[in-house]
Amino acid sequence: MLQIPLWKRVVILGLCLLGILLALPNAFYTRVETHNDAVSAIETLGSTPEREADAGLWPSFLPATLVNLGLDLRGGAHLLAEVHVEDVYVDRMDTTWPDVRDALVAIRDQVGFVERLEAAAPGTLSLRIQNADAMPAALEAVRALAQPVVSLSGIGAQDLVVTGQGSTLTVELSPEEKLATDDRTVRQALEIIRRRIDEVGTREPTIQRQGEDRILIQVPGVGSAEELKGIIGTTARLTFHPVVSASATADTRTSAGQLLVQDIDEEAVWYVLESAAILSGEDLKTAQPGFDQNGQPSVTLSFNGHGAQVFGRFTSENVGALFATVLDDKVITAPQIREPITGGQAQITGNFTVESSTDLAVLLRAGALPAELTFLEERTISPGLGQDSIEAGRIAAVVGFVAVIVFMALSYGLFGIFANIALIVNLSMLLGVLSAFGATLTLPGIAGIVLTMGMAVDANVLVFERIREELKTAKGPSRAIELGYQRALSAIIDANITTFITSLILFLLGSGPVKGFAVTLMVGIVTSVFTAIWLTRLLVVIWFERRRPRTIEV
Amino acid sequence: MRLRFFADETNYDFFRWRTATFGVSVFAVIASILLWVFVGLNFGIDFRGGTTIRTEAAEPVDVGAYRQAVETLNLGEVSVIEVFDPNFRDDQNVTMIRIQAQDGQESVTGDTIAQVQAALQQIAPSIEFASVESVGPKVSGELIMTAIIAVAAALVAILIYIWLRFEWQFSVGAVAALFHDTIVTIGIFSLLQIRFDLSTIAALLTIVGYSINDTVVIFDRLRENLRKYKTTPLQDVMNKSVNETLSRTVMTSGTTLVALIALLVFGGDVIRGFVFAITWGVVVGTYSSVYVAKNIVLMLGVTRDWSKPSDGGGGAGTQFANVDA
Repeated sequence: MLQIPLWKRVVILGLCLLGILLALPNAFYTRVETHNDAVSAIETLGSTPEREADAGLWPSFLPATLVNLGLDLRGGAHLLAEVHVEDVYVDRMDTTWPDVRDALVAIRDQVGFVERLEAAAPGTLSLRIQNADAMPAALEAVRALAQPVVSLSGIGAQDLVVTGQGSTLTVELSPEEKLATDDRTVRQALEIIRRRIDEVGTREPTIQRQGEDRILIQVPGVGSAEELKGIIGTTARLTFHPVVSASATADTRTSAGQLLVQDIDEEAVWYVLESAAILSGEDLKTAQPGFDQNGQPSVTLSFNGHGAQVFGRFTSENVGALFATVLDDKVITAPQIREPITGGQAQITGNFTVESSTDLAVLLRAGALPAELTFLEERTISPGLGQDSIEAGRIAAVVGFVAVIVFMALSYGLFGIFANIALIVNLSMLLGVLSAFGATLTLPGIAGIVLTMGMAVDANVLVFERIREELKTAKGPSRAIELGYQRALSAIIDANITTFITSLILFLLGSGPVKGFAVTLMVGIVTSVFTAIWLTRLLVVIWFERRRPRTIEV
Repeated sequence: MRLRFFADETNYDFFRWRTATFGVSVFAVIASILLWVFVGLNFGIDFRGGTTIRTEAAEPVDVGAYRQAVETLNLGEVSVIEVFDPNFRDDQNVTMIRIQAQDGQESVTGDTIAQVQAALQQIAPSIEFASVESVGPKVSGELIMTAIIAVAAALVAILIYIWLRFEWQFSVGAVAALFHDTIVTIGIFSLLQIRFDLSTIAALLTIVGYSINDTVVIFDRLRENLRKYKTTPLQDVMNKSVNETLSRTVMTSGTTLVALIALLVFGGDVIRGFVFAITWGVVVGTYSSVYVAKNIVLMLGVTRDWSKPSDGGGGAGTQFANVDA
């Protein structure tokens, strides 16, 4: 009756062993962490005796994946950023304008003069044509500029919507194109944020898209959310403009096609620039921090082929004139062109420190953000607080663990010991699975583990209580054990499935620490059912085979 | 020697004070709803936006002085609470400062934080910010919706599952018990004005999970006994089922509570609200499985016209595939 085939025994014990093996690295957390860091350093940076020694701290045949510690345990910064996807519509309209103008100039004999209206709604391009009667021709000419939308959902749609009323012609992006653009913008922003954070080189940042237009950024080990914002929050849009006047004030009036821009260092200094940029950061190949001939920190820029050509031509034609380097609507520097710069390299000198020139180089190398970001949520947790939480969680877990074990042993004697072995294996498997999946352990996650300890014994309690009952009626202990496991099963399954459903909902709808809690709870349910149903049964059966007791006490 | 809380066979009459216990539950639910509406919950920044700063300083805390220092910055509503915990070191004086969401901005700016820090350093030079958390009004609004959806989705999912596995009366009873647990927990949070944030919602769902666990175990036994004792009145079968599972109920609630109390005492103040909610829920959940879920099933009655043959009485309710609905 109480028989478990050998292969099943091997599988059960094998799974338990695997779980324990996977959990093992976590018992030597710092050591394994040093080992992992050293291994990745050897891979990317090459081998040094020091790194080899660090790598030797942990034998390479053992698993070395650790459970990730969440921000609330490790300390770091969390940001939820919203990408202003509409910014891109404006840019798109600005770049479309020359094409529209050219298209209409080609049919000037019909439409007459064309004028762009500055008062257009944001993200739309409005223009007035002299000859309202020629509107159909104008519409046709502009519509010819539209391109098919490049996206899966927008197949067959055109990217521009062109409408005309009276003498006003309005161009805007089609809804399909807006969707496609939004998606591209967020992806691009995500990629640039990732590059910027990677440049700073921190461990295991989480950068992921959330919903339509949001990006979640979690970086352990960063001092504050403010610091993180400094790294990712700047648009870093670099442009070069010809200077019209270097002696302007805040209320200098500008004519069409000109910009009034403030100096980055001195608030009282303003420049009037031509609004059309000669070059932008997109033509930048790389940016390096360096020093100018006076030993002041500077940033050296190298342009790509197109950039070098344009820059060379502009500087050749305008020797003696001023040109301004503008970063995010502030003039960094506006030097005089002393000689043509044709090598495709330029140096920005300004009021830099070594640090700020390095930061700027990093930002420029990573590229400009396609749109501005707003931060909807930010959290900073100091490493000290995280350490305190780990400490508290550890003490609570140990106390809870000991209490449960004593409680079970006192209540069920030998069977209680079996349940306790199962509990220990269960906790190891839980930790092992969490590490293997690269799950993140948060403070509520630790609470989840402690809660699992309390609830994991439930399945065993159900079985043992059932065995007790069956002992009163059944013939012999072996039959009672058999029936106990059999009849308790439906309660165990139903109880755990319902708990699993709630954890799943928590996982799907929760975020951050709450998600971590749901993960530990879900994994804990699975491992506890496994250990309670199979492992304790195996233990009981092995014991029973050896001893063959006539009576048992549960 | 065994630690036993009850004799092997108990025969308590759980329905003796049926009206009284049910009355208490109904009263508790109504009182909780009234508290919720009229006293209100002490929402954390997750749900109403704003900033919380956890400060740590070596100097003893003067809450009034802290508040005054921050209030001079004109940041709107400010609250300062000193936090105590047995785990703190002697020179670890902790406060939580809450600042309302600022007009026209989402999350707090670094300048504001720097100002607050500078102002507090005047009083407590060694002050440090252990954590700064800021949630903009946009996100907090969405979080409320997500929380409501999460709890509702959990209840509906369980309603369906229990309905499939048992009968609709059981399903209604179980969900009524869960509703009771959720509302009473919300009630205690508004009564004690404990901070109610996202982790509290997580706790609520955990309570739902735990309480249903408990209810299902009793229902499972009830289903089995209903087949075994076909002519015994429903109330007696129920009583028998509760008595038979009593030892298990106490054991499981016992181990869970033991683990939770360890967490409550030693787990630190950061998750105390969260752990408190779960602990409370375990107690309420255990109570409601017996006194709410079963009372409702008793009121609704159960169809006992078993047209399907049960497999010999003994094996009833033990097969995983034994779906009744």
